[in-house]
Amino acid sequence: MNRFAWLLDRLAYEPRRNAKLALIADYLRTTPDPDRGLALAAMTGGLVFPNAKAGLIRALIADRTDPVLFALSYDYVGDLSETVALMWPVKRGANDIPHLPDVVEGLRNAGKTELPRLVASWLDALDENGRWALLKLITGSLRIGVSARLAKTAAASLGGIAADEVEQVWHGLEAPYLALFAWLEGRGPKPEATDPAPFRPVMLSHPIEDGDFEKMDPIQLQAEWKWDGIRVQAVSGTRPDGERVTRLFSRTGEDIAAAFPDVVEALTQDGALDGELLVRREDTVQSFNTLQQRLNRKSVTAKMLLEHPAHIRAYDLLIDGEADLRELPLSERRKRLEAFIARLASPIVDLSPSIVFSTWEELAAARADPAGAGAGADSEAVEGCMIKRLESPYLPGRPKGHWWKWKREARLVDCVLMYAQRGHGKRSSFYSDFTFGVWRVGEAGADELVPVGKAYFGFTDEELVELDRYVRKHTLNRFGPVREVTHTVESGLVFEVAFEGLQRSSRHKSGVAMRFPRISRIRWDKPPREADRIEALEALLPASG
Amino acid sequence: MRPSDLLIPTPAGLWCPPADIHIDPVRPVARALITHGHSDHARAGHGAVLATRETLAIMALRYGEGFTGERQEAVPGETTRIGAVDFTFMPAGHVLGSAQIVVESGGLRIVVSGDYKRERDPTCAGFEPVTCDIFITEATFGLPVFRHPPAHAEVGKLLESVRLFPERTHIVGAYSLGKAQRVMALIREAGYERPLYVHGAMEKLTDFYLSEGAALGEIRKVVAAERKTLGGEIVICPPSAIQDLWARKFPDPVTSFASGWMRIRARARQKGVELPLIVSDHADWDDLQATIRETQAGEIWVTHGEAEALVHWCGTVGLKAKPLHLVGYGDEGEAEPVRAELTGEGADVAGV
Repeated sequence: MNRFAWLLDRLAYEPRRNAKLALIADYLRTTPDPDRGLALAAMTGGLVFPNAKAGLIRALIADRTDPVLFALSYDYVGDLSETVALMWPVKRGANDIPHLPDVVEGLRNAGKTELPRLVASWLDALDENGRWALLKLITGSLRIGVSARLAKTAAASLGGIAADEVEQVWHGLEAPYLALFAWLEGRGPKPEATDPAPFRPVMLSHPIEDGDFEKMDPIQLQAEWKWDGIRVQAVSGTRPDGERVTRLFSRTGEDIAAAFPDVVEALTQDGALDGELLVRREDTVQSFNTLQQRLNRKSVTAKMLLEHPAHIRAYDLLIDGEADLRELPLSERRKRLEAFIARLASPIVDLSPSIVFSTWEELAAARADPAGAGAGADSEAVEGCMIKRLESPYLPGRPKGHWWKWKREARLVDCVLMYAQRGHGKRSSFYSDFTFGVWRVGEAGADELVPVGKAYFGFTDEELVELDRYVRKHTLNRFGPVREVTHTVESGLVFEVAFEGLQRSSRHKSGVAMRFPRISRIRWDKPPREADRIEALEALLPASG
Repeated sequence: MRPSDLLIPTPAGLWCPPADIHIDPVRPVARALITHGHSDHARAGHGAVLATRETLAIMALRYGEGFTGERQEAVPGETTRIGAVDFTFMPAGHVLGSAQIVVESGGLRIVVSGDYKRERDPTCAGFEPVTCDIFITEATFGLPVFRHPPAHAEVGKLLESVRLFPERTHIVGAYSLGKAQRVMALIREAGYERPLYVHGAMEKLTDFYLSEGAALGEIRKVVAAERKTLGGEIVICPPSAIQDLWARKFPDPVTSFASGWMRIRARARQKGVELPLIVSDHADWDDLQATIRETQAGEIWVTHGEAEALVHWCGTVGLKAKPLHLVGYGDEGEAEPVRAELTGEGADVAGV
């Protein structure tokens, strides 16, 4: 366990990708089975312990510490595992340091009544670092800056092969990956690729810049709408026994199919689609807010399926039947995509239409008015245009010179800082979550601020330090982790807030909800009385509903 | 005499009306008593300053000889009477010259801790607990997540890394006053004999420590043009310099930082630190509690830091306690202008 803890600790502090790769590869090379395979499983999200949850850790620490001191400490540290690892009372003469395989075995098999005692005995025996690693293992989110892809790349380097080769066989393997290591070390055969619906790395675009336009000729390009949903890869395949396997991956390769049985049901052809996951009701694509109701769920109710029907708007086709199309140019793939969609003949899978244009002026006009340029009633869900070279192959990652995004211009509004809360993760212990408001006429007739949104990025690290100091020096009240900051007509801090869209919302006191708000500028110079009024926001709301 | 007649928190700092003096004032005042030389406690521009010989010397080094109108040396353990109030400076174990101030009048004794630590420090006199009615303590690390490991073990991590990466320069960020020299002394105690290299901004203070007899071994100033040749060496610099372009000119540098804040992973990552060293010149959670008990004070006032948690703990053990909410000290982040150190003004924060 100590060696695994040491690896996680080193990785957490190592910023450089190559150094991370070297650390993992070195660990895998010098650590025996099954420890190394279990570590690899931990880094690729392959260890799931149904009975071991964050709640167990909370209960254990609650038995051992003062609740107020725990709450203050957690608020300060911003990470449950780390807080508990640091606060855990030292027990001299505790039993031996546990081994990783025993820990994994225990977490998998121990019953709900036995587990708390077992975990506590391990925590007693480990030091701060060991406790932290154990708790990270239990909560399942390591947050050490290592993606599953990076860990697989490091594993692949043991055999001097590319990560994609490991990826191909990955879904047929199980921790502790004895067959994989045997193959990588030349001691065994290549494991069989048994997964008929694997994830393939997604191709991403670059924001278009002023200089890009003149370098490109519209005749070599395809433009389409950039839909404001979730980028997905919908993959379906047939196992040797004839059973269909369908997965819906997020762009990072997380399988979210369980929450979208309606989509899974529609994918009846072998292939891999690249598209946008949306909610479509009464022939109209709904806002991102509506889609959000269906995200981050492990399962879905019948009511949800009925009221928030999911839809795939397809951009690209990676696999058609058995054929891998990724080397083909986009113009070829587009033809195959059209035929594929036609064969599927599903009302919830359609083609993302291309935008007809022959000059940049025409595309700029379309981007400014999607409704008039073909998007019709769906235009509320358009967040800009995609521009793609007709000859671009489908490449993993964000290759230069193939695809660009040209977003609609953000809207700006001046708001006054009202409340601040400490952040988590990278920003832990800094006041970095800001709630801001605009002016309206209050009940007594005097102007008052009403909160309209919350943002936790858009500023630099240097600005964060200044904002943090500002919050501490201008605190009016404390409500647990939240501080109320001075906000009067004369005294307060103005943010220029950028956002992508605005919805009516009954859940917000102001009646409006911002999409994707962020701090675009800190107006140290601007007095709060010159911030915007709610009427300015209301004017931006869509006319209907 | 009521406690609130003897010491009152004001925006300028703690004020003692019967003597009309301020302790560690953050604004210019007529008469100031200064606990130690960190720039958030020791500021220039007062009419008169009473402090230990070392603290007066440090202030003169940082601000120039004209840092105050008049100056008076406080000898640790000896009492100075001002008005009807007796003031006694006692070692605080924080940095060279650091002191607690015992304030006594009409049978009431209050101890103002300043910043302090209980762990051994080869570069300054150790903390001496003084029994009192009211103990006014700092709480920079006043949360139960802060339990500092032994400093020599942390320095051991640094030397181990130097052995592992003999071609890379180890750049250690450390506050110019106190932390830097303590780290140097600990490195020497661990048997490391090569020269230690220091950033120009900490040369004056390090020379002062040497002249006061600190066993720091051979110290060399980093010459900009020679940075490329310092692979395998240890370089000590102000915290603000570790992410500067200045630090990038060394061969494949390992970024390290010696601070109590390094206990929190996110803090280390925010600063781009690869090798965090948890070395603090402040009392940790256990030592704050132990010290409060040793003073036998019935009432605890908390000046700055994580006051809320320490006040809560006092309540759970039956001690009367309150936060003073003094502003201008350390703050809890490293949000103060450490950058000023590079200009030689030495505005480092409380040596956390």
